[in-house]
Amino acid sequence: MPEVHSTAYDSKIEGNVIFTRFDAALNWVRKNSLWPMPMGLACCAIELMATAASRFDIARFGAEVMRFSPRQCDVMIVAGTVTYKMALAVKRIYEQMPEPKWVIAMGACASTGGMYRSYAVLQGIDQLLPVDVYISGCPPRPEALLAGLMKLQEKISGEKSFAAQKPELTKKLNEALA
Amino acid sequence: MTAQELLPSLEKSLGTKIQHKTEFRGETTYTISPVDLREIAQFCRDELSFDYLIDITSIDNFGEEPRFEIVYELYSMAIGIYLRLKLSVSEDVGSVDTVSDTWPTANWHEREIYDMMGIKFNGHPDLRRILMWDGYPFFPLRKEFPLEGLPSEMPDVAFTKVTPMEGGPFVTKPSTATARDREPRARPPEL
Repeated sequence: MPEVHSTAYDSKIEGNVIFTRFDAALNWVRKNSLWPMPMGLACCAIELMATAASRFDIARFGAEVMRFSPRQCDVMIVAGTVTYKMALAVKRIYEQMPEPKWVIAMGACASTGGMYRSYAVLQGIDQLLPVDVYISGCPPRPEALLAGLMKLQEKISGEKSFAAQKPELTKKLNEALA
Repeated sequence: MTAQELLPSLEKSLGTKIQHKTEFRGETTYTISPVDLREIAQFCRDELSFDYLIDITSIDNFGEEPRFEIVYELYSMAIGIYLRLKLSVSEDVGSVDTVSDTWPTANWHEREIYDMMGIKFNGHPDLRRILMWDGYPFFPLRKEFPLEGLPSEMPDVAFTKVTPMEGGPFVTKPSTATARDREPRARPPEL
């Protein structure tokens, strides 16, 4: 029987010490446990639920913990039509989420107002919140939401997280090094 | 019992109060005066067994007088027949008596008409807006209200902006033509 080697990390050789960049480790932790705030406002929420269910299984990307409290969330998935009556409520919930936080605009309505060119509908949630990923579709299939989530993971893995988290300390370090 | 057997009793008791009668595909529509509404509604429910108010809708005949029409859609669960009551409301009066004590379901229907069309209901127990927020300054289903909306602002509650129409409204054209001719496009309104 051939011997199996772990390619990622060999504890026999490397011991209990891992060398990496701090940002890389932090981003790795963040992107693989994105807890969503399910902001389900219309039919996109049905696809969001399907994405969370067993066939598509959003847990494969570490995002299965739908929290209905914004205090425990990392990414707000705006799934559906945002009416003007709901708009400031969505913004308030977003503001209650702790940093760092991201926003996915799921579907045509959340991205641009979609087919509702009407007096009652906000023409895209990006007028109120900073959106990281837009997903096309009406509604998007669960695969599209998963693709959007993976795009967001890619985006997170390139972020300068430490500098964003500790701006003053980074400034001091830069000054000391200069 | 059928409509032909039931409705003559209404016409007999309230004959003078019925302004106009229309028959269409077995359904009867009575045009009545707003002042007689409560009496006729009560009679329809108690004597004629119209125990179910399906819907109340309003029509804006912009440019005509009287401007508004209200339509009451009644159904009898016991007998299975429909009855429609229509009445006109001029813009100067702008109000009509409530029937929410006769049919409790009228409560929200009347709130919706008030919200969308701006017609008030005298004696309504709780006449607030139902779809838009309290303080929204317009009545969006009135004909003079533009499709793209009007800007408004209520700090900390809600705001509205004018929707970019981008050449729209984009409407389909129902016909047996090809999908290319039927699909939603910006079409100038046919005058």
